[in-house]
Amino acid sequence: MSILINKDTKVICQGFTGKQGTFHSQQARDYGTQLVGGVTPERGGETHLGLPVFNTVQDAVNTTGATASVIYVPPFYAADAILEAVDAGIKLIVCITEGIPILQMLRVKAAMAETGALLIGPNCPGIITPGECKIGIMPANIHLPGSIGIVSRSGTLTYESVHQTTAQGLGQSTCVGIGGDPIHGMNFVDVLSRFQADEQTKGIVMVGEIGGGEEEDAAEYIKAYVTKPVVAYIAGQTAPAGKRMGHAGAIVTGGKGTAEGKVAALKAAGIEVVSSPTDIGVAMKGCL
Amino acid sequence: MNIHEYQAKQLFLHYAIPVPEGKQATTAESAAQVAKDLGGDGWVVKAQVHAGGRGKVGGVKLAKTLAEVTEFSQGMLGKRLVTQQTDAHGLPINSLLIEKIYPIKRELYLSILVDRGTQRIIFVASAAGGMDIETVAHETPEQIISVPVHPAAGLQAYQCRKVAYTLGLKGPQIKALAKIMQGLYDLFLAKDASQIEINPLIETTSGDLLALDAKINFDDNAVEVHPDILAMKDAEQEDEKENKAQQFGLNYITLDGNIGCMVNGAGLAMATMDLVKLKGGQPANFLDVGGGTSIEKVCEAFKLILSDSSVKAVLVNIFGGIVQCDIIAAGILAAVEQIHVTVPVVVRLEGTNAEQGRALLSNTGLNLYAADDLAHAAEQVVALAEAVA
Repeated sequence: MSILINKDTKVICQGFTGKQGTFHSQQARDYGTQLVGGVTPERGGETHLGLPVFNTVQDAVNTTGATASVIYVPPFYAADAILEAVDAGIKLIVCITEGIPILQMLRVKAAMAETGALLIGPNCPGIITPGECKIGIMPANIHLPGSIGIVSRSGTLTYESVHQTTAQGLGQSTCVGIGGDPIHGMNFVDVLSRFQADEQTKGIVMVGEIGGGEEEDAAEYIKAYVTKPVVAYIAGQTAPAGKRMGHAGAIVTGGKGTAEGKVAALKAAGIEVVSSPTDIGVAMKGCL
Repeated sequence: MNIHEYQAKQLFLHYAIPVPEGKQATTAESAAQVAKDLGGDGWVVKAQVHAGGRGKVGGVKLAKTLAEVTEFSQGMLGKRLVTQQTDAHGLPINSLLIEKIYPIKRELYLSILVDRGTQRIIFVASAAGGMDIETVAHETPEQIISVPVHPAAGLQAYQCRKVAYTLGLKGPQIKALAKIMQGLYDLFLAKDASQIEINPLIETTSGDLLALDAKINFDDNAVEVHPDILAMKDAEQEDEKENKAQQFGLNYITLDGNIGCMVNGAGLAMATMDLVKLKGGQPANFLDVGGGTSIEKVCEAFKLILSDSSVKAVLVNIFGGIVQCDIIAAGILAAVEQIHVTVPVVVRLEGTNAEQGRALLSNTGLNLYAADDLAHAAEQVVALAEAVA
């Protein structure tokens, strides 16, 4: 088992014929992802990468039976793309796009409430179940099918965690990059609860960073509900207050969202927090 | 993006939010003229810089005569103001805001921002205005009220009344506050603000409400569709290197250490800074070269790091996903050709085309150290910086 996606997941791509959409769709197919088509308005009926192009997500869903969609459209079109996918009944929406205005995401989240659709991202690397299905921009070759669930706000720190757990021979069940924006879809708790319920997952790596309070929420959740070993790392201990550290969501404001606060909350919940990002893999192995 | 107080107050007027009568001035002569035109027997001279805490360090002065307006203006213009919120270098005072003085009965606090926890726009208000709201939140949280607004319903009258009663307002003041809150909400949505703060919002002795101060931050992701806001940008209030980085699409933040860092990805860039610190060094900057990078971009990034004279050694840490390590290596070599690089550079390349990247950087006769392990790379760069310093 794995979480959210597997070898049977049928995926479409929104922004299919663009540069990013084309490159990563090809990579996903090479990996074995069941990519069944894509959407680009006004290009319906064409064939791209040997797959059908549709004008609307609804057309794509009706024809292919896709249940997941990955979005590679520019920031000012992304809110529309997410809501079109929701409207067409897509169950898992993965939005890679970086730079979506926060007020647009605020409306998207309000509109998505109670639709039952899940959103990963935006501003994220995507999700991968190694050996089965890759939806996103992560480098394929560092992954190894295995037993560790990885959840992270950062793309490159997800890759570091994957690299280290692969080097330790542990491999990964599923890796989820939840994204670096202040308002986003699935949070740590949403993913942790699924890892806890997943038989394949034996241990969990959680990578957080400064800003917001989701790590603190995760600490409480883990303490109450997660019985599997968790290794955590928090980035941004040397980040100055009031500055956005690359990610829109990585900012300490009014003394809130500091790395110290998050580390303290996680440790208080009995979670092993590594102080060096290079110790994630070794620490995980030591917990199993 | 930030703007000046006088610009924020101009926006307030467009949205019917009452502000003191006043005008911006860039010379001592025009400042005195503004005061004269405003009339009355007292004025406030306010330094226009992108930082709070001005009052405590002489950036806000009360003048009783026109001569004092001139004197205070001369004292401020052309100087740099160092406040609690700036670095030791401070920010340049290139303009002033001259305003009429109003008799204050009470100082209140009112702000609007996006709250990550509730995923709503919220209003935050307190009767304890004029002081740092974080201090109020910490010491007397019961004095703060916050009201979330549903994006579909918008701001409701009852929510404004709730805030008004909490602030102890009465009679016509309740409608006046509702008008201010609606103006803030409309401005927030129309211009993609991320935070608007009025501290203090004053109640005058005659019972009027006035925004004595005004601070607006805008969402950097949205500002490109608001040319009127972009036109208010004052590059001189920002770090020169950070401005330059922005032009090249790089995320760069100046820090006060001596180890330059060039990394791909915001998370890894923060983690690299932390690791440098953990190994006993001090990072000189945060720099994320981003995803779809080019040789030119890497070259500019490298030059930017080295333009900081306190940098004694550089750590390049790349985990190539979409970023190809050979592009990074070529960018470093291009930078080295353009500028004279004397400081040691430790390079850790991992992921896509790492082998090709390492090959490009070997046997170049440069002061380059290849590391295949991040922990060792950090130790090495700290040792090298110490040896130079």
